[in-house]
Amino acid sequence: MSHATPWTVARALAWRQMRILFKNPSLFVPPMLFPLMSFTAFAGGLSQMRHVPGFDFEGGYTSFQFVFVLLQSAAFGGVFTGFGIARDFERGFARRLLIASQRRSGLVAGYALAALLRWSMVAVMLTIVALVARMEIGGNGVDIFGLYLLAVVVNMLGVLWAAGIAFRFRSVQAGPLMQTPIFMLLFLAPVYVPLGLLTGWIHAVASVNPFTAFVEAGRGFISGDPYHSAAAFGIALTMAALLLVWALLGLRRAERTAA
Amino acid sequence: MNQQSLPHQIAEIASRSVKRTLRQPGVLIPPLTFPLMLMAVNSSGLRAATDLPGFPTDSFLSFFLPFSFMQGALFAASTAGTDLARDIDTGFLNRLALTPMRGTALLVGQLGGATAMGVVQALVYLGVGLAFGVRFESGVGGVLMLLVLAILIAIGWASIGVWLALRTGSGEAVQSQFPMLFFLLFISSMNMPRDLIEVEWFRAAATLNPVSYMIEGLRSLIIEGWNAQALALALTMTIGLVVLALGLSAVALRERMART
Repeated sequence: MSHATPWTVARALAWRQMRILFKNPSLFVPPMLFPLMSFTAFAGGLSQMRHVPGFDFEGGYTSFQFVFVLLQSAAFGGVFTGFGIARDFERGFARRLLIASQRRSGLVAGYALAALLRWSMVAVMLTIVALVARMEIGGNGVDIFGLYLLAVVVNMLGVLWAAGIAFRFRSVQAGPLMQTPIFMLLFLAPVYVPLGLLTGWIHAVASVNPFTAFVEAGRGFISGDPYHSAAAFGIALTMAALLLVWALLGLRRAERTAA
Repeated sequence: MNQQSLPHQIAEIASRSVKRTLRQPGVLIPPLTFPLMLMAVNSSGLRAATDLPGFPTDSFLSFFLPFSFMQGALFAASTAGTDLARDIDTGFLNRLALTPMRGTALLVGQLGGATAMGVVQALVYLGVGLAFGVRFESGVGGVLMLLVLAILIAIGWASIGVWLALRTGSGEAVQSQFPMLFFLLFISSMNMPRDLIEVEWFRAAATLNPVSYMIEGLRSLIIEGWNAQALALALTMTIGLVVLALGLSAVALRERMART
């Protein structure tokens, strides 16, 4: 009898998730379109914002928005995978999976791997569109690697959060609980203008929003002027560690229910 | 009223549609809360845009409020389409086909829920806007005109939802078209007046996009007063949308009935 390692379980599950995705355009296309729509609307429709007095980003409005949309797509790539987990529970597949898996921690890893693969395709498409739109890149190879690495961690944050919800509620009806907090975190960051140009309540909220650190670090990378990047990675990795615990505790709760 | 008369049939289907919509908090709450969240975030995040030379108002909230009505209308499209798709999926439409119910009654009645939702949404968005300091340059008459236009727009998009449902017969397929409808909203003048959009192709797309004129009609009542041209364009686009979508729906219904 073969002994499954967490990695074997993760790989098999990720493979299954990707097959489902490719066989269902209705699951695959919308998550691909949303970032492109956001990018088009923000970079195309709002480029005039760079003329607002005090707008001090050097790299052009297209790259300013590209960073936000890249991180947004990473976070939502994770959340959409959470929908898949909930659907697996609704259809009874996850229950069978819990019984069959020798290493259940591999399930979290498998869903996370699926989220990463899924988002990678979105990231490639988005990057191509941005380059076609003549996005300015001031950063060197290391900076750009830093930007995408940060996005990978944000993708993990999204999937771990959504997995924790999906394991606890085991229903697609919990979808708003997966999406809404992420959506709010994203849009309560400096989306359209740098933090310094926000005023009132949104400035106060954005100043303490961890996503602000990710967006500002990402914009620093792309313009070749890294800004608080160590702090952004520190926050992101701390959040990832906490959310891993959240997801694993959720998995344990799902195991108890399935037993 | 004669039980077989068209108005009676419409009233029966509309009543069912309204009850079904209002009984589902999951259908009713997101269209109310989501546009309001986005309105709060964007009106603060984009406040700096009012410093741009030529920006038509010093309140981005006033400028952005019509977006909520449009976004609510897209939710109405999704609701109307998904509900009808469920009726097709569960065989309700087939059973209805065995009764003397007329196609017109089904189409118009099916929009009842979306219209009810459109009314509730419009009142909520308007109330929130007024509470946060939006003032109408067109006065009380403008408020009424905005409500009429917003409800018509909701009916227009809901008719598109009905058409998609009749074409595909699948709730999932209707939902998957939602991003495409949203795309129309995104490449409009929702965030910036058309003359201030810098990117040429985007400005051209926004100019060709009927959604821009619907938004600009609603917006004109808030920030300009009575702008006959903006209103005429908005009404023409909206009524055109209603007529076109209902016409396409009627054809799709006839085809679906012929198949079943």
